[in-house]
Amino acid sequence: MFALLHYQFIQNAFIAGSMVAVVAALIGYFLLTRGLTFAGHALSHIGFAGAAGALVVGVDPIFGLLAFTIAAGVGIGLLGKKLSERDITIGIIMTLMLGLGALFISLYSGYAERAYSILFGTILGISQTDVLVTAIFSVITLIGLGFIFRPLLFSSFDPEVAEARGIPVRALAVIFLVLVALTVSMSVQVVGVLLIFTLLVGPAATATRLVHQPVAAIILSVFLSLTYTWLGIFFAINGTWPVSFYIAALSFGVYLPVRLFSQKLHMPAGTDIHHVNHSHA
Amino acid sequence: MLEIFHQEFVQNAFLAGTLIAVISAIIGYFVVLRAQAFAAHALSHIGFAGATGAALFGVSSLAGMFGFTLLAALGIGALAKKIQGRDVEIGMILSFVLGLGVLFLRLYTNAANEAVGVLFGSILSVTQNDVILTFIFGCIVLISLLVFFRPLLFASIDPEVAEARGVPVELLSIIFMLLLAITVAEAIQVVGVLLVFSLLIAPAACAQHMTKKPAGAILLSILFGLAFTWGGLFLAFTTKYPVSFYIATLAAVTYFIVINLCHFMRPHHLQTVKHPNKEVA
Repeated sequence: MFALLHYQFIQNAFIAGSMVAVVAALIGYFLLTRGLTFAGHALSHIGFAGAAGALVVGVDPIFGLLAFTIAAGVGIGLLGKKLSERDITIGIIMTLMLGLGALFISLYSGYAERAYSILFGTILGISQTDVLVTAIFSVITLIGLGFIFRPLLFSSFDPEVAEARGIPVRALAVIFLVLVALTVSMSVQVVGVLLIFTLLVGPAATATRLVHQPVAAIILSVFLSLTYTWLGIFFAINGTWPVSFYIAALSFGVYLPVRLFSQKLHMPAGTDIHHVNHSHA
Repeated sequence: MLEIFHQEFVQNAFLAGTLIAVISAIIGYFVVLRAQAFAAHALSHIGFAGATGAALFGVSSLAGMFGFTLLAALGIGALAKKIQGRDVEIGMILSFVLGLGVLFLRLYTNAANEAVGVLFGSILSVTQNDVILTFIFGCIVLISLLVFFRPLLFASIDPEVAEARGVPVELLSIIFMLLLAITVAEAIQVVGVLLVFSLLIAPAACAQHMTKKPAGAILLSILFGLAFTWGGLFLAFTTKYPVSFYIATLAAVTYFIVINLCHFMRPHHLQTVKHPNKEVA
């Protein structure tokens, strides 16, 4: 059983998968506390156009993903208005980008197989170069996050007070969305454009329901995310079902009971974040 | 140029496309009014599992989509009293179901082409049977809308007052979810799982920016929906690029022109809709 671990492609999958899992869980926690899960979802869909476009011009899809998601992240951050008015606008931009992606894959002669792997992940087919690219961007994201960690946490929970205390809330939002863009681009390799939620939001959503203290929630979220990814890859190489299915099933299978259970034990939905807020302010 | 209309697949495409454009536009009006865009989006993803899982039950992919989306609609309607603010929950279900779709695809059809067809639409390969099924379900939606129009409108605009006056708000919400499920399954044929926004949300969102009167907005929404669909089909037949790309582009471009014009002409008319995430708190 462990003999499989000697294969290069499986080692690559585990290395890249672990890095992505850690970064996704960290970024996902903030995505959740800032109420930006829909934006995270949209970024990955916008990235699809980039990845498909990269195929057409003959570049590695990861670079197309990075270019499109970063541009979109900055755009969403700079739009600046209250998040409130943006759901439909984000949805329509997302649809436009997906349409563009459909155009690109119809232009690309290799067609369905590559498109399919962008949509649903290709962690078992990841190359040495991809691992290296993932490592570099993971480090960049982690350093970036470490740099803005405290003000980001503060402004996520209480943007008004943070702004009053002189924290550059707008700049922070843009930087954060760029980090989200990097994370999404990396995560696409593991679970694909369409299943981003399972790694980015799933672990954090489960963790914040179980513990309320931010640092503990983040640690738990990283732990869950690593578990899903490792088990997903492990099951997939020992069977025939796809990795992204396992990760999606694990992520949902853990979230569901926690969601139902915590709702009964604790408080009405949605108040948990504010609970933390009080202990922090 | 007009001789292409003699071909059967072109006629089928126009017939189905027209019907779907009309019901999507009307249902879409209520979706925007009730701020349930994300639920519509989720239902379309669930349709993906339906289409790929149809092989499991030996039925056509359209029938599979109806089955899955209707079941999911019941679940969404029954589980969450208010869909607003359930972004994370819906997102989790959505990614799990997509993962399930990936599994079905691997188990039964294993054709990446099929996946791309479901994801990005395949109106040009709609069969006579699909047109008949589309027509029957389309009529069900239209008749139900006629029957429930007034209470649904009331409950959508002001659920509290409607409830106080004895309108069965919760029941209506479940019925509406079912109608939405049928509409989404039908719209997937034209624009695919990923581009449902362009037929369901964009026409209604444009219309609601132009007029606040329900009847006027619904008529405008139908006009926009038909224009996008016919325009998209026509452009696709005369060039070689995909229909869904054209529909998505037409929808997005129109939407941005409309919101900018409205903003420019009468900024005070812009409605600010509260962000669902924040509303729960």
